[in-house]
Amino acid sequence: MSVPRLNTLRVCVEGIGLWSPQLASFDALKTLLAGGTPEPPPPRPAATTLPPNERRRAPESVLLAVEVAGQAVAMSGRTAATLACVFASSQGDQQITDYMCATLAKAPNELSPTRFHNSVHNAPAGYWTIATDCQAPSTAVCAQRASFGAGLLEAASQVLAEQRPVLLVCSDTSGSGPMLEVTGCTLSLGCALVLAPEVSATTLARLALTLTPNHATVSLPQPLADWREANASGDAWSLLALLARGHGRCQVDAAATLGLQIDLEGIA
Amino acid sequence: MPASMTPLAITAYTASSAIGTGLSAQLETLRQARSGLRPNNFSSAPLACWIGRVDGVEDVSLPSSLAAWECRNNRLAWLGLNQDSFLARVQAARERYGAGRIAVLLGTSTASIGATEEAYRRLDADGGFADDMLRPAIHAPHSLAAFVTAALELEGPCLTISTACSSSAKVFANAERMIRLGLVDAAVVGGVDTLCDSVLFGFNALELVSAEPCRPFDAERNGISIGEAAGFALLERADTAPDAPQLLGYGEASDAHHMSTPHPEGVGAELALRAALVRAGIDAAQVGYINLHGTATPKNDEVEAAMVSRVFPASTRASSTKGFTGHTLGAAGIVEATIALQAIEHGFIPGNLGGDTPDPLCGPQFAWRNEQQRIDVALSNSFGFGGNNACLAFARGGFSA
Repeated sequence: MSVPRLNTLRVCVEGIGLWSPQLASFDALKTLLAGGTPEPPPPRPAATTLPPNERRRAPESVLLAVEVAGQAVAMSGRTAATLACVFASSQGDQQITDYMCATLAKAPNELSPTRFHNSVHNAPAGYWTIATDCQAPSTAVCAQRASFGAGLLEAASQVLAEQRPVLLVCSDTSGSGPMLEVTGCTLSLGCALVLAPEVSATTLARLALTLTPNHATVSLPQPLADWREANASGDAWSLLALLARGHGRCQVDAAATLGLQIDLEGIA
Repeated sequence: MPASMTPLAITAYTASSAIGTGLSAQLETLRQARSGLRPNNFSSAPLACWIGRVDGVEDVSLPSSLAAWECRNNRLAWLGLNQDSFLARVQAARERYGAGRIAVLLGTSTASIGATEEAYRRLDADGGFADDMLRPAIHAPHSLAAFVTAALELEGPCLTISTACSSSAKVFANAERMIRLGLVDAAVVGGVDTLCDSVLFGFNALELVSAEPCRPFDAERNGISIGEAAGFALLERADTAPDAPQLLGYGEASDAHHMSTPHPEGVGAELALRAALVRAGIDAAQVGYINLHGTATPKNDEVEAAMVSRVFPASTRASSTKGFTGHTLGAAGIVEATIALQAIEHGFIPGNLGGDTPDPLCGPQFAWRNEQQRIDVALSNSFGFGGNNACLAFARGGFSA
């Protein structure tokens, strides 16, 4: 028995979430690209899906991921508890990494237990599944600067292999301390997509994802081009801009030697 | 619930931990019922606990072409890749399928954070990383998978799964989906975690570390012993190797309960277990052996023991092997998968080391001492922080439900 080689995955987008220091939502990006001046969000993502006590305790990386996840799920009209979820982040919570490494270097016995359990890469997945009572499979992944494309490939694989809707979140906060020199993340960015196997009344766009051995950098208008450089998950801007435009093609990195070409297809 | 799946062949596997480098050493230490734990001689400041440290990691040197990846985690990965002819098996697969048709899907919780800790211990006078530590790729959680991909000269999909202590179990699920969809023909799965201050002092701060060698499922258990390990497996379609042991099924689920304690009724753990049985197309009664998560924390073992009693007949044998290896965190899934595979290959059930006064919650399924009997199907449980649960089902070659 031989399985045919498959290089193209087709999935439908039902919801889009976006948060950056300049843009509070995907609508704000559309306003910006149409020449408008969207109102920037408050400095901390609202993350209203979390109960108030959790919102106070949660680190910035969790607030960012939960904020965009909540936006995308609300747009899709689906119930969060039913969605499998993939949380991608290149660096996890860089401020906690900085705190932990600095504390371990001078007073390891003073390490905060809460900061430690918030340091796990799947902290956003944990907070999200707890807040939404989601017992579906959840995962947390990374792939350096290819984390957005690799996360999208994993989410699309789950959508098609399991024939179920999947929430993809890709987010990286800005860094601090000596870590900043190696991560180069100076601007936070969170992006979320609700992906489904079939076209429905809530489908916003249809994506054809094709693996390619060639790397290509999509040109983006400013300020998006600079924002892409300023975050390890910045490749998300390429797809967000494509979704805002509503037609065409872009490409993101899926691995060190692998690209993911994304074609926006008509829904009909 | 998922549909049943077509099994995959496991055409190579290997593990290296405190109980030995490679599969023969692992099996021999298990047979001798000898723990690999020792008093902590690793952390940068004193901490009274026991650890599962791998001998010889300090002496490993990476090939010069891979020197930029130098750090303890990648050295342990290289040590692990060099056991049980694993490199040669991957090379053969690469020649057969092509470098772009093999995925690298690895779990880790620590990755090489130990190197970042070191960089912070010896910052420059200006407060920045020393020149030799200015290697961005090792200060990211993807360090391990990127290193292994470079070391194996592969060019396919490459992903790190980091869901704490279920990480290197979940990679089998990622691989099955990619192979089933036809995105790749084979996948290198596994995981590596290494000892570092973050996990030693972090779990200690949570009051989850025992001052003594851990005692899974013992009435007096009082916490984990942290270990390090590397393990890998090569997965291909079953028709390419009909006699090879099989990945029969897997299940994944979330507790939706708490960041650092399991659901009191084990809801997510049981959902993962049931999904694994459904994908495997088997009943609980067909399971010969379960390698339990069994961390030796009071809560995990209580919830897991209750689940074993609830789901399995007395003929199913069950044990935790963390008394041998310590809790190898992000590598626990793959290490314990290899022990489950060895149980099938050798008809050998490792005893639950450290459970000298069994918790009365434990049912007749528990193997407190080593046992010898034919095993056709073996499961491995892995549960992580954030309520992240995975269960894997393995079977001997040719097994059919």
